[in-house]
Amino acid sequence: MNVEVLAISTDSRFVHKVWQEEELSKMVPGGVPFPMLSDPGGKIGSVYGVYDEAAGVDIRGRFIIDPDFVIRAMEVLTPEVGRNPEELLRQIKAFQHVRATGEVTPSGWQPGQTTLKPGPDLVGKVWTVWKPK
Amino acid sequence: MTELKDECVKPAKGPILPQAETPSAAGEIPQKEVAMMVKVGHEAIDFEAPAYIEGVGFKNVRLSDYKGKWIVLCFYPGDFTFV
Repeated sequence: MNVEVLAISTDSRFVHKVWQEEELSKMVPGGVPFPMLSDPGGKIGSVYGVYDEAAGVDIRGRFIIDPDFVIRAMEVLTPEVGRNPEELLRQIKAFQHVRATGEVTPSGWQPGQTTLKPGPDLVGKVWTVWKPK
Repeated sequence: MTELKDECVKPAKGPILPQAETPSAAGEIPQKEVAMMVKVGHEAIDFEAPAYIEGVGFKNVRLSDYKGKWIVLCFYPGDFTFV
């Protein structure tokens, strides 16, 4: 899929290193391969709308950025619920498909399924080409 | 990307706002103006942050270093937490 992942929290780069060595490398062989960035003070998180001032941390937020540096999607959650990587991957595949083809992807689209070609001919005719279960 | 020596404190620029790229400004966001600034369909806000990279070590990384690629930027509350 050719995607660069950047993880970022308010922890220092030193803590990232020890977390990688002591815990992550025991969950993922070789450790996580992507850069682990440090956002002390939450300045970056503030600009991205994820910094919780009371707690002093960046809450979970993820942003898909395309090769033109445009943000295509964002998801921000309060801390109690973890993320769904499958949905992240689905969105990346959909955005990459759209970028490559100019087609658009309907609700719940998965690679290989029907896409839509917007235009005057499709108005009122979506039902003829897209039949969700 | 700048190589970091093993200093205890090494500031990075943090958010790099478009209007802050003028010669007079250092490129750092003013402490009080921290409203959410990103929107889908708009350019990402660039920043520079200290990083740890497996196999590389400590390095300052800019989001714009990855311009031209698909990027997933992933914030999380903290190392050694649970979820």
